[in-house]
Amino acid sequence: MSAILQGAGATTALSPFNSIDSNKLVPPSRSSLSVRSKRSIVVAGSDGIKSFGSGLITRRSEPLIANAVATKGENAATSTLSKPGHELLLFEALQEGLEEEMDRDPHVCVMGEDVGHYGGSYKVTKGLADKFGDLRVLDTPICENAFTGMGIGAAMTGLRPVIEGMNMGFLLLAFNQISNNCGMLHYTSGGQFTIPVVIRGPGGVGRQLGAEHSQRLESYFQSIPGIQMVACSTPYNAKGLMKAAIRSENPVILFEHVLLYNLKESIPDEEYICNLEEAEMVRPGEHITILTYSRMRYHVMQAAKTLVNKGYDPEVIDIRSLKPFDLHTIGNSVKKTHRVLIVEECMRTGGIGASLTAAINENFHDYLDAPVMCLSSQDVPTPYAGTLEEWTVVQPAQIVTAVEQLCQ
Amino acid sequence: MAIWFARSRNLVSSLRQNLGWSAILIKRDNSPRPVVFTTSTAFFGPVGSHRHESTAVEKQPDFVQQRDEEDALELDFPGGKVGYTSEMKFIPESPSRRIPCYRVLDENGRIIPDSDFIPVSEKVAVKMYEQMATLQVMDHIFYEAQRQGRISFYLTSVGEEAINIASAAALSPDDVVLPQYREPGVLLWRGFTLEEFANQCFGNKADYGKGRQMPIHYGSNRHNYFTVSSPIATQLPQAAGVGYSLKMEKKNACAVTFMGDGGTSEGDFHAGLNFAAVMEAPVVFICRNNGWAISTHISEQFRSDGIVVKGQAYGIRSIRVDGNDALAVYSAVRSAREMAVKEQRPVLIEAMTYRVGHHSTSDDSTKYRAADEIQYWKMSRNPVNRFRKWVEDNGWWSEEDESKLRSNTRKQLLQAIQAAEKWDKQPLTELFNDVYDVKPKNLEDQEVGLKALIEKQPQDYPPGFHV
Repeated sequence: MSAILQGAGATTALSPFNSIDSNKLVPPSRSSLSVRSKRSIVVAGSDGIKSFGSGLITRRSEPLIANAVATKGENAATSTLSKPGHELLLFEALQEGLEEEMDRDPHVCVMGEDVGHYGGSYKVTKGLADKFGDLRVLDTPICENAFTGMGIGAAMTGLRPVIEGMNMGFLLLAFNQISNNCGMLHYTSGGQFTIPVVIRGPGGVGRQLGAEHSQRLESYFQSIPGIQMVACSTPYNAKGLMKAAIRSENPVILFEHVLLYNLKESIPDEEYICNLEEAEMVRPGEHITILTYSRMRYHVMQAAKTLVNKGYDPEVIDIRSLKPFDLHTIGNSVKKTHRVLIVEECMRTGGIGASLTAAINENFHDYLDAPVMCLSSQDVPTPYAGTLEEWTVVQPAQIVTAVEQLCQ
Repeated sequence: MAIWFARSRNLVSSLRQNLGWSAILIKRDNSPRPVVFTTSTAFFGPVGSHRHESTAVEKQPDFVQQRDEEDALELDFPGGKVGYTSEMKFIPESPSRRIPCYRVLDENGRIIPDSDFIPVSEKVAVKMYEQMATLQVMDHIFYEAQRQGRISFYLTSVGEEAINIASAAALSPDDVVLPQYREPGVLLWRGFTLEEFANQCFGNKADYGKGRQMPIHYGSNRHNYFTVSSPIATQLPQAAGVGYSLKMEKKNACAVTFMGDGGTSEGDFHAGLNFAAVMEAPVVFICRNNGWAISTHISEQFRSDGIVVKGQAYGIRSIRVDGNDALAVYSAVRSAREMAVKEQRPVLIEAMTYRVGHHSTSDDSTKYRAADEIQYWKMSRNPVNRFRKWVEDNGWWSEEDESKLRSNTRKQLLQAIQAAEKWDKQPLTELFNDVYDVKPKNLEDQEVGLKALIEKQPQDYPPGFHV
């Protein structure tokens, strides 16, 4: 494994074509909370979303909703909040979530390369080895298949490991353990053994990291039965999803993005969890549904600004749950807007967008006024040269053009 | 093929020169056999007359010139101090003598004088023998059932009964076992009944695996026996994880994992051993070196002196054991387990044996090996007979006990098979359960869809297929 360039830049990363600095990026996610809160309370009774695991999750998210600042399309530069909270970067949010869960449950442990005293290549496990010891925050030799297998064995014996892949692409070496064992052993053992692991790491196209370090593994893993996949995109949902993933009895793969680690946001002081199977309403709208996740959310929101100026009213949903899809939220949106644009970073062939397109066509065909459009990366390995790399990733300008085309 | 034979003939002659094993070759080489056989016999079983040489092998050759006045000449490198030499010397690819095999009982079931071993009480010895015989009967009957088309697949442990039972007897019930697939004897020892074995093979409603796995993929959390997973060696890193878990919780238990000679070629073997060593995890790795990985002979699997020498490469204590000697296996596994738990370290055991049966019911091993080779191991090197002689010599077992055990077990097995066959199979809901802890919406939809399809067209589905 070649060494990874550390933390792509001090400020957060977006396309250099757009001069957006991290502060403005704090997403107006508060609005989504109020929407989510209503749904959360109703979840137990509705046949919409079924929560996996205990109802603990819904109960937990209730108290804080009341305090949320909920405004639509708010520019986060003015987010000196009317409620208490603390500001931190996305990688710190992940670390906070992990630390809280390790405090709460002594069975939670971390394993991966350089996660111990080094603190992790992206500093997600910083300080944990000092606090919990270097057996519980374990530095492993370089063998992804081995430490993933090790995590599975430990999970079957009662621990709750959080397995870190230094880069998602390296987890291709762990594919056998993830597919044949992690996803399968609960089923093939007749339910006798559970595998409550969390497999996490940064993926996606970074800043000139080369093809092997720019993998989108959600494409390859989405078919594996027995696992769940979620993608975080903000410090708020990063912490919430991390906690929920650790508490889940199912194996969960948590996709982080190399370029999002330095996003800054203010998150609540109170404890909260995000529902693993729920999508996040980023910006309600009327004209078109834009489905996206991870880093592309920010390209979409950038395009949304332009679109609003042009008179469009896009509804932006961060799907967050890549397996299974939150077809309830997505469906309600499609029924309202009748047009769908999917914006993803995966390759065109066999990506999350491809599956999502199929799912929407199958389930909501009658509600569509136009074919589902999917903007994805081309089916090429990600080149190193900056200009070329730029063009493998969907840019806001393309999103604007696509929306205009769909809304004709 | 001709080239291969020529190569192995040279191998044989170089063995004769270097290892002085001509005595063995002369003994065995008394009838026309394919070269394969001659080569393979050379690798198995030390002969009593060579035993005195074995103690000399343990000394490692010195590569560093040890001169007192130059004691201080060491170099500092990451990893510690290391002496140096100006003599350019390569470590040979194999030790001049093969690592000897630990054995306690000779072929006639008599304890070799001055053996060190852990004594076994009458009760344990009789139970061990009974279970070895039961395993033989079980393998025979289930194999026949597969041939009759009553189960779809089976895999025997013929020839490896001593490894199966004696290792299980040496462990505590809290030790977590991660099998490959040729270790049902361990589960048998721990109390899995013949009925439970049959239920898994038939995939019926009483199967703990709920009909989701092929036959012989047993698993039981009650017995601390992880469900068998077909891919080779995937259990080895998992064993390191189990060891890690036991270490974290400070339990008086270890992980015990099995693999074959073929499994040691997998990357997971390297991974699992390396991790267990670095982690200082209490894991006992037991390799059943039975000479064959389907049709791949060990000479085509690796070029090292078996597997025992690989332990040192990872910093793991290892031992080579006569896997057909139940007492030796018992002592070695028991000692290894104590070391693993008390010293919190992994241990590697290479148990030499022979796979008498075919790889599985999908294999006909006479296609790639001589029928008389198989016969030889089945009759003259049979671990069950050998242990039986010892138990009988002690007055603990009789011919009458033998015939009673075999006929009762056979009867019980036939009844278990008949009962298992009659049991209902799993209903359709079990297709969709346990994929996750709670069924997600897409699986619910798929289940509803399939149910509707079956109800609409019942004639297209097997009778008794319930929903």
